[in-house]
Amino acid sequence: MSTPDPRQFDREQARRIEQQVTLQYRFAAGTYASRFFAALRDEGKILASRDREGNVMMPPRPVCGLSGLPMDEWVEVGPDGVLAGCTVVYVPFIDPMTGSQRPVPYGFGLVRLTGADTSIYHLLDETDPAKIGVGKRVEAVFKPAAERTGSLADIRHFRLLD
Amino acid sequence: MSRVASAIVATGQTEHGRRLDTSMAELAREAIDRCLDSRGLSLQDVDAVVAGNMEMFEGIYLVDQLFVGALGAIGKPLYKLNTGGTVGASTALACYHLVASGRHERVLGVGFQKQSDGSTQAAITTVGDPVWERAVMAGAIGNFASMASTYIAESGVTPEQAAKVAVLARRNACRNPYAHLRMPDITVEQVLESEMLAYPIHRLDMCPSSDGACAILMAAEDVAGDLADRPAWVHSVATVHDQQYMGDSPKRLAVMRSLRGAAAKAYKLAGIDYPLRQLDVAEVYEPASYALLAMCENLGFCAMGDGGRLIDEGIITMEGQLPVNPSGGVLSTNPVGATAMIRVAEAASQVMGEAGEHQIEQVHRALATGYGGNAWTDMMILGDERPSR
Repeated sequence: MSTPDPRQFDREQARRIEQQVTLQYRFAAGTYASRFFAALRDEGKILASRDREGNVMMPPRPVCGLSGLPMDEWVEVGPDGVLAGCTVVYVPFIDPMTGSQRPVPYGFGLVRLTGADTSIYHLLDETDPAKIGVGKRVEAVFKPAAERTGSLADIRHFRLLD
Repeated sequence: MSRVASAIVATGQTEHGRRLDTSMAELAREAIDRCLDSRGLSLQDVDAVVAGNMEMFEGIYLVDQLFVGALGAIGKPLYKLNTGGTVGASTALACYHLVASGRHERVLGVGFQKQSDGSTQAAITTVGDPVWERAVMAGAIGNFASMASTYIAESGVTPEQAAKVAVLARRNACRNPYAHLRMPDITVEQVLESEMLAYPIHRLDMCPSSDGACAILMAAEDVAGDLADRPAWVHSVATVHDQQYMGDSPKRLAVMRSLRGAAAKAYKLAGIDYPLRQLDVAEVYEPASYALLAMCENLGFCAMGDGGRLIDEGIITMEGQLPVNPSGGVLSTNPVGATAMIRVAEAASQVMGEAGEHQIEQVHRALATGYGGNAWTDMMILGDERPSR
């Protein structure tokens, strides 16, 4: 059997069936993230997990991917750090947290917090590509205590120190 | 290693692009029919089917049930995989494992995606960790832009060198009748002047969103010679995973730990010490221009940090020492679930001498890679000599 030649297809005949699917999720953050977010909200502290070999992982997690050991210690990291990667985004993009378009341009990057061996993505307060760069120092800017809800957005963004 | 030597004996691809003429199932079937028709075979000659698809793009999650007829699997074992961007290569590797283990003699693999059915951005968002990453990620583009910044800091590669990669891919694609973006007149200036999506990635530095499907037939040593004049024998495969989060690898795009680890394993099994000399062609899963150069470094085609030289000196062009992506690569065609299988099928076609206008002369060994998210790699090395077990 051979299939029809797509170049012979009359595009006027193409039918598309439109559907809108809205799904609601409630992700259980788990033991480690819940503790992290409580410390962020209540104490303004950024906590990472550490194993007995001294590997410090952000985000905190039960097992270290490098050593395979349980991560049963907590250490405070940051609030300053360096950029391990960064960009300024210009293309309009739907924010999955709000379902609407995030205003562009905005900066974001991988932040290696002081004391941590790995990095997390977060927003930057800079939208000029010439002013950001790998190795630049940054610092977390927290929301006021009364506005914090226990999510990564309790850190409003990172501001450039250099 | 394996109980049975295995070879790819046939491949099939659809015309990739915006395929409003077909449904998802019809598209997959188009690739399957072309694969089997090329050898005068039918579905009766197939023992089992492996299907690869990244379901979040179309939002249809039981494609193995819904498309069982189109996939030619009624009454047969059908395995469905989703390993993200690597899924096409994972599917080819699964076909290999099913044959090499002695379980089946002829296994059909098919990778397919119909991105025009859904929202690419929304689908990419679902691959981010909901607690830690989704709030700030900007889809594939922002992620690759951030990775490119790391690679630039390490290697000093320039926007012009990246743009040359984008040009090479779209010009190579002009010789590939299945490719989505074929741009014979594209210039470095056009790439650099195209819209900035996320610094330093311009629109023409990125792969497109395509509809498309690809199929391969993997056969055991006893039947491979009957099915193809020049089978593409599997010399080695490797899969390596890294840690899960985007920020876990210290120099994410510069030092690709999973790609390096998989290359080390696959080269060792295939007896390759000098990939630039011992490989005749490579089909590399490059989602952005910068990524190709970084990947070539990590695959050992040049020293680390020296990727810019590969494009400046023409080493990876069709006429160069090691042609990379004569098909036009992912930069020209990206139906995600099929993309990494296209790498495998193109490498196999090169070994079989059936790549048509983009055939490289005298291909004895070919490399194909798949790279998912950032954290894992599937790889296959194919050759014209039947390997010892």
